[in-house]
Amino acid sequence: MKNSPLSTRFRIPASFGSLLGLAVVFLLFSLWAGPPFYSRYNQVTMLTQSVIVAAGALGMTLIIIAGGIDLSVGSMIALSTVVIARALLAGAPPTWAALAGVAVGGVCGALNGFLVTRLGLVPFIITLGTLLIFRGAATGLSGEQKIDAPITWLNEMLTKFPSPSWTLVAVGVWLTVLLAIAVAVVLRNTVLGRHAFAIGSNEATARLCGVRVERVKLYIYTIGGLLTGFAGLMQFSRLTVGDPTAAKGMELDIIASVVIGGGSLSGGRGSVAGSLAGALLMTIIRSGLSMKGVPNWVQDVLTGVIIVGAVTLDRLRRESGGSE
Amino acid sequence: MPAPYRIEMLGLRKAFGATVALDGVDLCVPPGVVHALIGENGAGKSTLMKVLSGVQRPDAGRMLLDGDPYAPSGPLEARRRGVVMIYQELALAPHLSVAENILLGIEPASRGWIRRRKLEEQAREALAALGHGEIRLHAPVSGLSVGAQQLVELARALVLDARVVVLDEPTSSLAAADLSRLFEVIRRLRERGVSVIYISHFLEEVEQIADRFTVLRDGRSAGGGLIGEADRSRIVEMMIGRQISEMFPRLPHPTGEPVLELADLAAPGVRSASLVLRRGEIFGVAGLIGAGRSEMLRAVFGLLPVRRGWVKVATVAGPGSPAERLAQGVGLLSEDRKGEGLAQSLSLADNLTLSNLKPYLRHGWLDRSAQSRAALDWVEKISIKAPGPRVPVFSLSGGNQQKVALARLLHHDCDVLLLDEPTRGIDVASKAQIYELIGKLAQTGKAILFVSSYLPELLGVCDTIAVMCRGRLGEKAPAGEWTEHAIMTAATGAREAAR
Repeated sequence: MKNSPLSTRFRIPASFGSLLGLAVVFLLFSLWAGPPFYSRYNQVTMLTQSVIVAAGALGMTLIIIAGGIDLSVGSMIALSTVVIARALLAGAPPTWAALAGVAVGGVCGALNGFLVTRLGLVPFIITLGTLLIFRGAATGLSGEQKIDAPITWLNEMLTKFPSPSWTLVAVGVWLTVLLAIAVAVVLRNTVLGRHAFAIGSNEATARLCGVRVERVKLYIYTIGGLLTGFAGLMQFSRLTVGDPTAAKGMELDIIASVVIGGGSLSGGRGSVAGSLAGALLMTIIRSGLSMKGVPNWVQDVLTGVIIVGAVTLDRLRRESGGSE
Repeated sequence: MPAPYRIEMLGLRKAFGATVALDGVDLCVPPGVVHALIGENGAGKSTLMKVLSGVQRPDAGRMLLDGDPYAPSGPLEARRRGVVMIYQELALAPHLSVAENILLGIEPASRGWIRRRKLEEQAREALAALGHGEIRLHAPVSGLSVGAQQLVELARALVLDARVVVLDEPTSSLAAADLSRLFEVIRRLRERGVSVIYISHFLEEVEQIADRFTVLRDGRSAGGGLIGEADRSRIVEMMIGRQISEMFPRLPHPTGEPVLELADLAAPGVRSASLVLRRGEIFGVAGLIGAGRSEMLRAVFGLLPVRRGWVKVATVAGPGSPAERLAQGVGLLSEDRKGEGLAQSLSLADNLTLSNLKPYLRHGWLDRSAQSRAALDWVEKISIKAPGPRVPVFSLSGGNQQKVALARLLHHDCDVLLLDEPTRGIDVASKAQIYELIGKLAQTGKAILFVSSYLPELLGVCDTIAVMCRGRLGEKAPAGEWTEHAIMTAATGAREAAR
């Protein structure tokens, strides 16, 4: 007997809902706002604008799947921009400065993972603490002000007019796409990825089955931190300065992206494609609304409604479908 | 020469503080034997199995596995040595697939990359060895029935070449069809030379599947032997440690006018329930876990919405919130004492008076000494063992906690008591006291709806019994007309299927 009937081969992926939502919202705005919205220029702009939140959401997806949460990512991004600017000021080559920015994210993530696994406190509390610690560290390291860095190619990573022009979008967008593929493959095809799902799904069972829960969590938070460090690099590229006040509150956008994309805050569920769709969805809504001159406060209210609505819809869909 | 026994547990002792959970227990099981471990809740069964599976270490005594010393440092080592526990609450990762669950923690991989083909092959082999190759490997386990989930856990035991498999109350939530399927799988395990330890208090099941049995009571072996040679009432007496008649004293009590009526009640988990409960009546509700018994009580008490039909309390018909029900004199004793029934960190006095603080209010301020005095009154009346009225409830034993929860309903002066598993997880002495208290309450004209999964107590205490099966409450009949067999048949829907 063959083990997999057709229905399982073509099972609807968890990210289906958010991808569908993305398509619908894009269509609606295209009808409402017309060519200025769906022009190639605006598409490139929206893609580029999504990159920072999307990169952060990649790391957050891993962490949320494993049943964790990281509130400190906004602060990590700020710290990363400051480190990059300081490194450039100190005369480091741009590549090394960029790597330092990514690495500092990894160190922060490792610290989060270490504290979560060693202190036995819930990650919400730990990362609420490190949110302040990292923000403070960024402010201290920058001497409480923005750091102007010399102009390098790092500032071009999120340009809307990439050269050569056949690359279509900026190198930062392409790097994010590559990282997304890598994270998706890790989640699907490695022991680490499956153990992350197992821990988020039922930690006690994972432990009982000999999964090294602490080690996996440490790795997950560290990888999450590295990806957040990359988001910091993208943030630096956009700002062209090291800014200790950058990305304040961005952790909420990042978490919202993952949740809109089908991630469950109780763990065990989430997907890379969904999270990316979530990040894009939020950019599209903001971009479309401001193009139509909708005031900021209405945008905030609508974004909030969409987050709650998307998650409710997702739950209804899963309940009506019975088992996943 | 090979050891005659697969697993030997000799003179095991384990104490938690002042409570002695195991007091010198011996249990030896040869290979290829299904050994039933019988006993009431709190008799020490689960502690014994925790020691066996490495979750807890014994204070004294030793264990041998195939003649070799066996002292697992944790559940992981126990699993590696081939001792596998299948818990009552299934230990699966609901979001992972069947195959991934079977091989969780031991995935075939090279350099961190999962070898899917190998993984699926091994999972398929394990399921086929159980005779259940039809279970789909890619399906997430959350979509499987409870019975199929149990098979996945058993398959997990097989891929590890288990030598000893422990099943903890494996049938408490199974339908009849799943039950026979499980027994078939257990027989296959036995043929493969696996020693199976089967924990249950359903004696009929034990008679069907086990070869030998041991009865535990109060942390000691109270007897044992070959199943075929044992008489069932003798086993029950070993379990409760006294004559059945002493355990369930019958107090004469007349029944009066109806105080609670349900007419074709439907609620989440309840398809249809009709009943009439009279003053002074003890009405038992039997059924499997998940049959909708608790849901019925909760719908009556206003914790679940009523979807159809009606509830009539005394002469008032209609739905009600928990606060309104309490005002009408209807009280619910929750089955979840820790999570819902009691506020664990509050004191005995606070818990006891929580639903009715009015008598202790002086100009809006709580008179704590009056509250304490009232609590002490109840402590004496129903002999709660507690150092004082202001001790936190979590410091009391399970039996005394349950008496506090019950005392709250009495303090509230409820006339209709909805008792959901009132004796779950408490010691035999407290049980006997609670049975006696229920009898006395009926004598004073209280009406009691008594949900329980433990058949001897339903048969011993209740005047009338009805059985719930898949959300439907059957006809009630006098307790004397029921037998354990008849109740189990009705509860598993066997009668329905035969029709």
